[in-house]
Amino acid sequence: MGMARAATILVAKELRTEFRTRELLNTTIVFVLMVLVLFSFTFDPTAAESRRFGPGLLWLALLFAGALMMPPSFTREQANETLAALRLAPIDPMAILLGKVLANFLFLMLTEAALLPIFAVLYDVSLAPVLGRLLLVFVLGTLGLTTTGTVFSALTSQARMRELLLPLLLLPVLTPVLIAGTEATAGLLADPPNLPRLWLLLLVAFDIVFLTATWVFGEYLLEE
Amino acid sequence: MGEEMRVSWLPAVAVAVLLGLAGYAALFLAPTEQTMGLIQRIFYFHVPSAWTAFVAFLIVFVANIAYLISRAPKWDWLGVSAAEVGLAFCSAVLVTGPIWAKPVWGIWWTWDARLTSTFVLWVLYVSYLLLRTLVSDAERRAIVSAVFGIFAFLDVPLVYLSIWFWRTQHPQPVIGGGGMDRRMWPPFLLCWAALMGVMVLLLRLRYGLEALRHEVEEMKIDRERRKAIAS
Repeated sequence: MGMARAATILVAKELRTEFRTRELLNTTIVFVLMVLVLFSFTFDPTAAESRRFGPGLLWLALLFAGALMMPPSFTREQANETLAALRLAPIDPMAILLGKVLANFLFLMLTEAALLPIFAVLYDVSLAPVLGRLLLVFVLGTLGLTTTGTVFSALTSQARMRELLLPLLLLPVLTPVLIAGTEATAGLLADPPNLPRLWLLLLVAFDIVFLTATWVFGEYLLEE
Repeated sequence: MGEEMRVSWLPAVAVAVLLGLAGYAALFLAPTEQTMGLIQRIFYFHVPSAWTAFVAFLIVFVANIAYLISRAPKWDWLGVSAAEVGLAFCSAVLVTGPIWAKPVWGIWWTWDARLTSTFVLWVLYVSYLLLRTLVSDAERRAIVSAVFGIFAFLDVPLVYLSIWFWRTQHPQPVIGGGGMDRRMWPPFLLCWAALMGVMVLLLRLRYGLEALRHEVEEMKIDRERRKAIAS
């Protein structure tokens, strides 16, 4: 079976598992909302201040949400040892990782879709004029976040304290995503909005480097 | 079996002598810097420490890749040993930096590219060591830490670039730019050689310790197995 087809089937499986209960999505969305509200207490949430602090706040909330929502993609498989079954399937091991990366990517994009309008309303920032470019920034950033996050979830799936360990491993590695995502978003929220190509390139570079690294080294993590 | 921890005196004495000479050269032979004065002499310890730390982290990266390819435990031992030793030098960089910065810049710390990325580097390798303490199975631990080590190392240039674009204030490197007095070079290189000597010495000791640990672990497993058979 080709890798693309195998990965598609696996994404469908991940989505089906999630949408039976929607536990992960519901919890993550509520978590991010709560973080957004809590952040508002740490500065004066006027429109001008929000434009200054908003982008960083948004990306930090996403980073934390990502670090907390990704472990289930492997721990869910442990209950019935289904990862072993997946490994037995005659497919490229990269397809398994890719399926999980894409599923996590979709979950986080859905979270962002719920989050952004609420952020715009709560902090009086208008996102509509720059929506297309904003989407590009979030897609690139989220891809990098979920690629490294999924690999690190596999890394920590058999470790003790894994819920604490994953953010600890993931967040420093995501420094470039945080900086580039924040700066790009800040550029788009500025008046007049502009999107520095530098930050987009950095996000693209991050995605390419870590997708390649996952492709080369990821399969070692699926061994039992 | 048969790996044992030998302290070889000759290299240790040689490194100690080298270190003494390097300290003397840095403090007394090197010319005093014009604007910063005596405090600049910390540079002979600060920059070579950074270079030595990078060499150690490069060894971690090579060992990680070699482990994934060969699956020989010795590469895992080398990886963890180099990470610990590199972290020690990286800590020295982070401590000597502010000591120099306070009198020269007037502040202990600034969020500049070189400083901040060194700090992120330090955090990355602390996480590497922490990860190792939380996975019990030796083979699994070796695999996951190798993959994390590779990801961390690949991340370093991206971290550096992103912070560099974000802001920079560190004095631009004087090395290679021709900004450094020619008489500063010999003490500088001597200091680097001495610190590299310390690094290799520590690395060898730490590697021997890791090999012994491995042996003890094997013995424990063996004993458990025998107990299980006996009962």
